[in-house]
Amino acid sequence: MGAAAPVLSIVVAMVVTSIILLLAKDPVGAVWAQLLKLPSPRLTIAIINSAIVLYLSAVAVAIGFRMNLFNIGVDGQYRVAAFAAATFGGQAWLPGWLNIIVSLAVAMGAGALWAAIAGWLKVKRGVSEVISTIMLNAIATYLVAFLLQKVALSSEGSNVTNTKSLPESSRVPGIPVTIGEQQREIYGLLFLAILVGFLYWFVLNKTRFGFDLRATGGSETAAVASGVKVKRMVLTSMVLSGAIAGLVGMPLLFGQDYAYGTTFQPGLGFAGIAVALLGRNHHIGMAVAAIVWGFLEQQSNGLQINAGVSDRLVGVIQGVIVLSVVIAYELVRRANIALEQRTVAAALAAEKAKTQRDAAEVSA
Amino acid sequence: MSTGLAVGTAPELAAPKKARRPRWFWYAVIGGALLLISTLRVITGANDIDSSGAIAATIGLTMPILLAGLGGLWSERAGVANIGLEGMMILGTWGGAFFAYNYGVWAGLIGAILLGAVGGAVHALATVIFGVDHIVSGVAVNLLGAGAASYLAVRTFKGLPGGGETQSPPLDPFPALTIAPAADALGQVERSGTWLLADIASILRALVNNLSVVTILTVLLVVGTWWVLWRTAFGLRLRSCGEAPQAAETLGVNVIKYKFIAVLISGGFAGLGGGFLALVASNLYREGQTAGRGYIGLAAMIFGNWRPGGLTAGAALFGYTDAINLRGRGDVIHAYLLPIAIGLIAWGIWQIVRRRQGKPLAGVVPVVTGVLAAAWFFLTAAVPREFTGMTPYVATLLVLAFASQRLRMPKADGQVYRKGEAR
Repeated sequence: MGAAAPVLSIVVAMVVTSIILLLAKDPVGAVWAQLLKLPSPRLTIAIINSAIVLYLSAVAVAIGFRMNLFNIGVDGQYRVAAFAAATFGGQAWLPGWLNIIVSLAVAMGAGALWAAIAGWLKVKRGVSEVISTIMLNAIATYLVAFLLQKVALSSEGSNVTNTKSLPESSRVPGIPVTIGEQQREIYGLLFLAILVGFLYWFVLNKTRFGFDLRATGGSETAAVASGVKVKRMVLTSMVLSGAIAGLVGMPLLFGQDYAYGTTFQPGLGFAGIAVALLGRNHHIGMAVAAIVWGFLEQQSNGLQINAGVSDRLVGVIQGVIVLSVVIAYELVRRANIALEQRTVAAALAAEKAKTQRDAAEVSA
Repeated sequence: MSTGLAVGTAPELAAPKKARRPRWFWYAVIGGALLLISTLRVITGANDIDSSGAIAATIGLTMPILLAGLGGLWSERAGVANIGLEGMMILGTWGGAFFAYNYGVWAGLIGAILLGAVGGAVHALATVIFGVDHIVSGVAVNLLGAGAASYLAVRTFKGLPGGGETQSPPLDPFPALTIAPAADALGQVERSGTWLLADIASILRALVNNLSVVTILTVLLVVGTWWVLWRTAFGLRLRSCGEAPQAAETLGVNVIKYKFIAVLISGGFAGLGGGFLALVASNLYREGQTAGRGYIGLAAMIFGNWRPGGLTAGAALFGYTDAINLRGRGDVIHAYLLPIAIGLIAWGIWQIVRRRQGKPLAGVVPVVTGVLAAAWFFLTAAVPREFTGMTPYVATLLVLAFASQRLRMPKADGQVYRKGEAR
C-alpha cells in the first residue's frame, strides 16, 4: 500500500511525458529505451554517488517537513556551508583526518547558523519561513560570491574562482567497487549519509524529542496541550535541518572537487525537496527516491546521442513525477479517511442496533 | 503565508484599529524621498542616483516584478499561496519568445500569458481540485516550469539563425513612445544638475523617452486589478474566498470556481511578467532569464501588504536596486549609507533620550550600527557589487522582521479548502 502511490505516480509521469513527446514529435520509443535500459557500470556508480548527495539534502528538508516547516532554504544553507568547510579545510591548519572531522563540523555549524536566521525570524518576529528562506537563498548566493572572490584572490597561484584545494591527506578516499571489468569508486562519505539516515530514523521515532517534533507537525494545538514548547521546537528543528543541509555538499567536496568554486553543483536543495516529497519523508523511502532521481539524471545524459532528444527532458519528467506523487498521496489520504469514516460509522450502527435489540429483548 | 506552524506570533493579534494613513501622508513620503535623493546627489556627486538612464532602467526592471507580484496578488487574495510564480514566469519567457518569433510581437504577449496560464492551471489543478498543500505544489510547478521551458527551448530554438539550446533568435522590438521635444528640453535641465529641478526633469524624461507600450499596459493592469478586485462584485466574491471560504460558500459563492479562475489569472500575469523579460527588457529568450524574479514578485506583494499600491512600491524598490546593480554603480548604494547612518543615529539618540521604561539601552544598538554605517561611508568609495545585489533581499527581510505585525494577509491564505467541510 505504501508503495502504491509513488509507483502509480511514476506510471502517470511516463504517460504524461510520452504525450508531451508525441506532441513535440520526438521519438517516444527511443527515449524510453534509453532511459530505462540497464545503466553501464560507470553510470551505476554515478547514480549511487548522486543519490548519496540527494539523500542528505532530502533528510535536511524532511526534518522540517515532519513538523510542518518548509525549509526551502536548504539550497542556500548547503552552499554557505560548503564554502565555509572548503575554506577552513583548505587552510590545512589541522592534520589529516582531524581536518576532515573539524571541517564537517564547520559545515554543520555554518548551515545551522544560516538556517537559524530563518528560525529566529519565525519565532521572534512571526516571519513565514517560506519567504525568509527564499530571501536567504538569494543573499547566500551574493554573500558566497563576494567571499569567494576575497578568498580566491588571497590564495596565490591557484585558479581564481576556487578556494584553496584540500591537502591530499584530508581527502576522503572512495570505496573501490568492481563491476564486471571496471573498477570505480563510490564516495567515501556514503557512510555519513547512512549515519545521517539512521540518526534521522532513531531521533524521530525513538526519542522524546522526535515524538514532540512529529506531534507538533501532526497537530500544533495538541502538542501545545501536551506541554511542547513550540517556539523552541521550531528553532531547534530549523537548526538541525540547517546542520544536515550543511553536510549536503560534503561528499562532493571531500570525494570529488576538493575545493569550492563557481562550478560547485547548484540546485541540490530544491532537488532535495522533490526527493523528500517522493520518499514521503521516510528514511528508506527517501533513499529509494534519491536513487530514482539520480537514475533519471544520469540516464538522461545519453538521450542526445542515442535518441536525438535533449536531456532537458528529464526536468519535465521529474516535475511531473513530483506533481503526480503529491496528488496521489493526497488522494490516498482522502480515500483512507473516507474508508475510516465508513468503518467507524458501520461499527457504530452495528453497536446501536445491538443495544436496541438487547433493549427489545429485555422489555419482551 | 502557508499552512505551516503559527507559533503564536502570527500577525493576526487583534490588530489595533489604527486609522488608515491619509492620502497626503503618502504624497509627503514621496516628496520627502525626492528631496532627500536630490540633496544626496548634490552632496555626494553620485549622479547616477536618479539619472534618467537609471530611472528608465528602474522602470524596465520593475515591470516584470510588478507583474509577477500582481499574479501573486490574484492568487493569494483568493486564498491560494503561490510560490510557483517563478515557474509560471519561466514558462512565460519561452511562450513569449516562441510566439513572438513565429507570429509577431503582439502574439508573443498572448503566448506569454497563455503559457503562464498553463502553469497556473497545473497549480490550480493540484491545489484547488486535489487539495495538495499549496507550497508543495508551488515547488513542483517551479521544477516543472523550468524543465518544460528548457526542453521546449531546445526543441524550438536550436538550429534557428542566432538561436541555440539556451537562447532564442533575436526578436523584434516593441513600439515605444518618445516625445522628442520634451525629452530634449528635459535632458538639458537634467544635465544642468540643479538641485531638485534636475531630479524632477530626469524622472519626467524617463517617462517621455522610449517608454515601451507594454510598460503602459502593465500600469493599466495594476489599476485594472485594483478596480476588479476592490470595486466589483466579482472581486468581492474572489476576495471572500481568500478570507472566509466557508462563509462565502454559505452565501452561494462557488468557491472552487473562483479559486480556479484566480489561479489561472495569476499564472497569466506571471507569464506576462516573463514575456516582458524576453520581449521588452531584452530581445530574446535566455535560460535562467527570470533569475528568481518570481520569488521577488512574491516578496514585493508581501512587502506591499497584499495591496496593489504597496505592491507597486515594493516592485519599484526592487527594480531600483536591480537597476543600480546592473549599471554597476557601487557609488550609488554607497551614497545611501549616509542617510541610513544619520537616520539610525538620530533614531537611537531619540530612543535614549526618551528612555523607554525597562529598556534603557534600547537606543544603543541603532547608534552603534549608525556609526558603523557612517564609518563605512567615509572610509570606502564604493560598496562591492555583491552587496548591491543583496540589498533588495536584505530589505525585504528587514521589512518582514520589523513590520510583520502590521502586515495582514488574507485570512484563509494557504489553507486547503474542501467543499462542504466545516471549519
